[in-house]
Amino acid sequence: MVNKKVKINETIHDFDENLTIIQACEISGIQIPRFCYHERLSIAGNCRMCLVEVVGGPPKPTASCAMQLKDLRPGPNGEPPQVLTNSEMVENARKGVMEFLLINHPLDCPICDQGGECDLQDQAMSFGLGKSRYTEDKRTVEDYDLGPLVETHMTRCISCTRCVRFTTEVAGIDQMGQTGRGEDSEIVTYLSNTLDSELQGNIIDLCPVGALTSKPYAFTARPWELQKTETIDVMDGTGCNIRVDSKGNRVMRITPRENHLVNEEWISDKSRFVWDGIRVQRLDTPFKKVEGNLIPTSWEDALSIASETMRCGNTSFVAGDLVSVETLYTATKLSEYLGGTKVLGDLDTSGPLNGRSFYVGNGKIEDLDKTKNIILLGTNPRKEASVVNARIRKAWINGANVYRLGVKETLTYDVNELGNTFFDLQIFLDKMGSKKSFWTDTIFLVGYSFLNNRSADVALNTVRSYVEKFKSKFLIIHPNASAVGSLDLGFETDVKVKQNVMKETKTIYNLGCDTLEVGKGSFVIYQGSHGDKGAGSADLILPSACYLEEDGIFVNTEGRIQYARKAIQPPGKAKENWRILRAISEKLGYIPNWQDLNGLRGALFDDFPLISEPGKIIMVPWETAEKQKKLGSKVPLKAYIKDYYLSNCICRASKTMGNLARARNSLNLKKAS
Amino acid sequence: MLRRLSAKQPEKFSFSKANLKWAKAQLKKYPKGRQASAVIPLLWKAQEQEGWVSKPAIEFVANFLDMPEIRVLEVATFYFMFHLKPVGSKAHFQVCGTTPCMLRGSEYLIDVCKTRINGKQHSLSSDGSMSWEEVECLGACANAPVVQIGSDYFEDLDKESFEKLISDVETDELLVPGSRSGRFSSEPSNMTRKYSRKKLSSENASVERFRG
Amino acid sequence: MLKEKDKVFPNIHGFSDRSLKGVMARGGWVDTKTIISRGPDHIIKTIQESGLRGRGGAGFPTGLKWSFMPKSSEKPKYLVINADESEPGTCKDREILRHEPHSLLEGCLLAGIAMGCSAAYIYIRGEYVREREQLEVAISEAYDKGFLGKNACKSGITFDVYSHHGAGAYICGEETALLESLEGRKGMPRMKPPFPAGSGLYGCPTTVNNVESIAVVPTILKRGSSWFSSLGRKNNHGTKIFAISGNVNSPCVVEEEMSISLRDLIDKHCGGVTGGWDNLKAVIPGGASVPLIPKSVCDDALMDFDWLKEQRSGLGTAAVIVMDQSVDVIKAIWRLSKFYKHESCGQCTPCREGTGWMMRIMERLVKGQASLDEIDMLIEITKQVEGHTICALGDAAAWPIQGLIRHFRGEVEDRIMTYSSKKAIQAAE
Ligand SMILES: Cc1cc2nc3c(=O)[nH]c(=O)nc-3n(C[C@H](O)[C@H](O)[C@H](O)COP(=O)(O)O)c2cc1C
Ligand code: SF4
Ligand code: FES
Repeated sequence: MVNKKVKINETIHDFDENLTIIQACEISGIQIPRFCYHERLSIAGNCRMCLVEVVGGPPKPTASCAMQLKDLRPGPNGEPPQVLTNSEMVENARKGVMEFLLINHPLDCPICDQGGECDLQDQAMSFGLGKSRYTEDKRTVEDYDLGPLVETHMTRCISCTRCVRFTTEVAGIDQMGQTGRGEDSEIVTYLSNTLDSELQGNIIDLCPVGALTSKPYAFTARPWELQKTETIDVMDGTGCNIRVDSKGNRVMRITPRENHLVNEEWISDKSRFVWDGIRVQRLDTPFKKVEGNLIPTSWEDALSIASETMRCGNTSFVAGDLVSVETLYTATKLSEYLGGTKVLGDLDTSGPLNGRSFYVGNGKIEDLDKTKNIILLGTNPRKEASVVNARIRKAWINGANVYRLGVKETLTYDVNELGNTFFDLQIFLDKMGSKKSFWTDTIFLVGYSFLNNRSADVALNTVRSYVEKFKSKFLIIHPNASAVGSLDLGFETDVKVKQNVMKETKTIYNLGCDTLEVGKGSFVIYQGSHGDKGAGSADLILPSACYLEEDGIFVNTEGRIQYARKAIQPPGKAKENWRILRAISEKLGYIPNWQDLNGLRGALFDDFPLISEPGKIIMVPWETAEKQKKLGSKVPLKAYIKDYYLSNCICRASKTMGNLARARNSLNLKKAS
Repeated sequence: MLRRLSAKQPEKFSFSKANLKWAKAQLKKYPKGRQASAVIPLLWKAQEQEGWVSKPAIEFVANFLDMPEIRVLEVATFYFMFHLKPVGSKAHFQVCGTTPCMLRGSEYLIDVCKTRINGKQHSLSSDGSMSWEEVECLGACANAPVVQIGSDYFEDLDKESFEKLISDVETDELLVPGSRSGRFSSEPSNMTRKYSRKKLSSENASVERFRG
Repeated sequence: MLKEKDKVFPNIHGFSDRSLKGVMARGGWVDTKTIISRGPDHIIKTIQESGLRGRGGAGFPTGLKWSFMPKSSEKPKYLVINADESEPGTCKDREILRHEPHSLLEGCLLAGIAMGCSAAYIYIRGEYVREREQLEVAISEAYDKGFLGKNACKSGITFDVYSHHGAGAYICGEETALLESLEGRKGMPRMKPPFPAGSGLYGCPTTVNNVESIAVVPTILKRGSSWFSSLGRKNNHGTKIFAISGNVNSPCVVEEEMSISLRDLIDKHCGGVTGGWDNLKAVIPGGASVPLIPKSVCDDALMDFDWLKEQRSGLGTAAVIVMDQSVDVIKAIWRLSKFYKHESCGQCTPCREGTGWMMRIMERLVKGQASLDEIDMLIEITKQVEGHTICALGDAAAWPIQGLIRHFRGEVEDRIMTYSSKKAIQAAE
């Protein structure tokens, strides 16, 4: 990194010379207006809003987003180059650009969903002229159908091309473009097709005006009426940072929050649009099974049925995919008191996972930015961690090689196929041998289609011994938000243990797992939010809050502790999860020494210091790998997520997700024919 | 002008054998992995073959060059020489209307187009054999006004000679490209007299070929 | 008048023998090997000393431009020839392409070798189909004779020349838009820096030159830099191809000495202005994008970069558009505004939105359908486009209008007044 002194207005600063002027200004606290420029997209330089004056340069303003400091020439006596951000030349240029942007803009702010949070509106206020001097006819532009998520109002488009750049660069789909030329150019998708991407919703945030807006959110609220809650998404194990906007007790929309370490500033369409599933198919009162039918009952009744059953025999807890750590902890304590087993629903491993170096690894999501080789082992990041997938694509664009062991599904980058069995993995490992330079610059991403396969323990050991030997990186991609928390708290995944549980347990206490196959003999208590498969096969239903309705800690796939916050109230009689469990504990005679969430967390952190530091990943000692065995298994890996848009009970309740699933299916059919 | 694909589209497109061979040879001009460079020449060839650029042609070229379809659509709509719908089967008159041609009477030529072909540009004559459009500078301003038909320029036109040109198209006369004022190329007219056409040496025959 | 023996393009009109034999008889491809053997530095130095300035419009010193190319490079280097010729009024490169193509090819080889390029791409505008065909005949002749390709002219160097074409977009004449187009995309200008010499075609060091700039190179190298610099005024050397169009008795393309007077050019080659010199109204001296000059300036005008620049106009491409008294000069400039609106690539805001706006106001000014203060507003708009865009098309769209108002404001005002009084009378009736 070479530094360079640059004077911005009257102050001299020392900057990395590779920065652009706009970045340097930002660092020194000066905001430069912009429309086309976006930190995470390539530089287009087309809106011309960011013009600044470079003293001693050509007698015209310069686009600050495109000019690197290293290209600025020093003054005649070697003084540092000077940039002016508020000179007359600059003010004048900004005014002009604003006027041009507005001449063909409909100025329909009162009926525009972007109203109140529109860059164009804001900047028109600060730089625009009082009234328009444009008296000619305005351009009219046709809208087109982008599918169920994104609504188009193309008269408002200012051709900044952020959407085109996002979809091609980040989402990795070549479907959007700008056709025609001059003032008649249009932003379109190829023949108005629906976009084939899990990340398309981000173009709504990127669009600086109201040309691309959210279809589900359309005309439902104005930004200033919204209550904003900063929380965490649970649609997959990434733990994307989100903001939930609600009005009254309804979620109106979900948008990403920036966290460079986790989701940069993207979220998947599932995270963004799933909210219409929050209020549908809700369990809002307890139910009990009477003569094969589920009938509503009171909490009083439900809690006594639960405690009676649990008192009379051994109880096993099953963790579902959306459970917070507090809930898992309360269950853990109760389980310890009763003496039973607790298992994680969606993962069946062929051996125990003895610590984080087995089920998290030593890698972080941000490592993807710096690693040369990325090896996907039984994971489809596009479906299991869409935002991480965008990061892999970024690495690939910057020159990383991607390898894949597993099912051949379409990704957004090219992969070198290694095959689909552990035997194929062995061939690859043997081929690369002990090429140190290769392995030290490698990250393994291991998914559930790997871990759920037969003899995965041996294969995982092999991977871990490479990591150990060459200091490679390795990270498990958990598709579910509650996975790492459950594992941290000791929920078991060993398939032998799990099979026994299903056979022998008298009572199964199911915390929202909808994939559980239960044997005939057990009594099933289902505690969850939605009337999905799990609830259908239960004997007793305890209605609980979902992730937007209670505070909770989630540990993401890399082991990062993050706090979800309550945005709305649970419906009907549904209660917060830990409260239900605590009430049952009390009935069973186990009285925790805490009363509220704070107390609960205090006890949790004492027992599990791993979880105590918000925002952080606590590194734990590495468990040494055992001696490697040759991998010979030819059992093919199986895809973990089949229907991306329908992967949990909340999205299965969402109409939007249903539409997307149908659109995707018909697109796949079209492609196949 | 908005540039969109025609509502009516043929079922499919593929290059003729000769054009396919030609297209493959084009790729040799560009470094490996840079085959997208050939997109304009290929679309152009497709237009030569079919008279216009259809959606199947765009998709064929995209596939041939391993480019996303949207990128080829962008190119086809950006460059105005690509016709996105059928043009006159015998001739599409591209009348230059930019200032140098306007100064020498291109507006009269446009009037002729309006009365003899169609009142509106980009529309077919009643029998579908002709169409016209006003184009921007053709780069032959010293021979203004200029009309392009297919690959050829017709220069130094006036109302009469242009009317004659249209009649020649109608009656399937062989069209002789070039100046209508007797000039050889863009020489000052006093030079034309000096070098009468006959005096041109026989070696020029090979080049003459290209002059129609 | 330029002497026959000093003409770089003796066959510009295509009268003489255009076969390779004829070309060589006139000195083409003669001594090429010897020149190459003097080495790249010698070639660049000679061109620098000759004072050759780029013929594509901006007049940037050609030798200096070549010296910006990195001496060593891991990537291949390219020479790209700008044969997009689309600036209204300009039709000079066309004559080189169809009648003197070998001078361009020989120039490509010499310039290419001087800069260490491995190949040259000649980007011809799509409309020039016949010109391209003739160039391609010349290319295959040159390959057949071993002038190009492996061991070009027995120099031991491999150098290829390819022709490539566009499909109707003026903006592809802008050098970075040209490179985009050549890479198979829309012709949208790139931001600079990086300049093509650092990262041009396919991300490799590239120099873009106009056809004429390169086609004069062999003759300069053969006759010496002092011959070339003896022609024209200081800083404006050599011969130049002029294209004269519009209201002259005989529009034409001719090669003349740089700095010839406008009057000589028109009187000696074009049979004078229609109706005589006194019937002259204005001249656009360098292609559509330079501001016009009124007759009073034309009287003493010298046709070179510096003289015209002093008059707030420019030599541009030396495309002279002559307008006599019969011309509605407001309409003539409106038509150019229409051209720029049509040709704006649409990438950057001021040009995309401004060219249309300017054209619409001009459209009303032609009829007089405007208010007087709209003239100043129009000037302001041109200033908001000028200098605020990615490429110089924005400037090019602004300048003709500025020139019009600068020199013919009275006429514009009269038109408005006439229109409004006619309106008033109509209303009264
Ligand atoms: C809008 C625009 C159009 C241009 N068109 C042409 C053109 O048609 N031919 C050309 O040689 N240069 C054209 N230029 C200039 C080129 O960008 C470039 O300066 C030139 O090719 C350099 O060649 P030279 O140094 O030999 O003059 C154009 C520039 C602009 C901004
Ligand atoms: S100035 Fe015009 S032509 Fe040039 S980049 Fe901007 S929009 Fe395109
Ligand atoms: S203006 Fe018509 S050819 Fe140039």
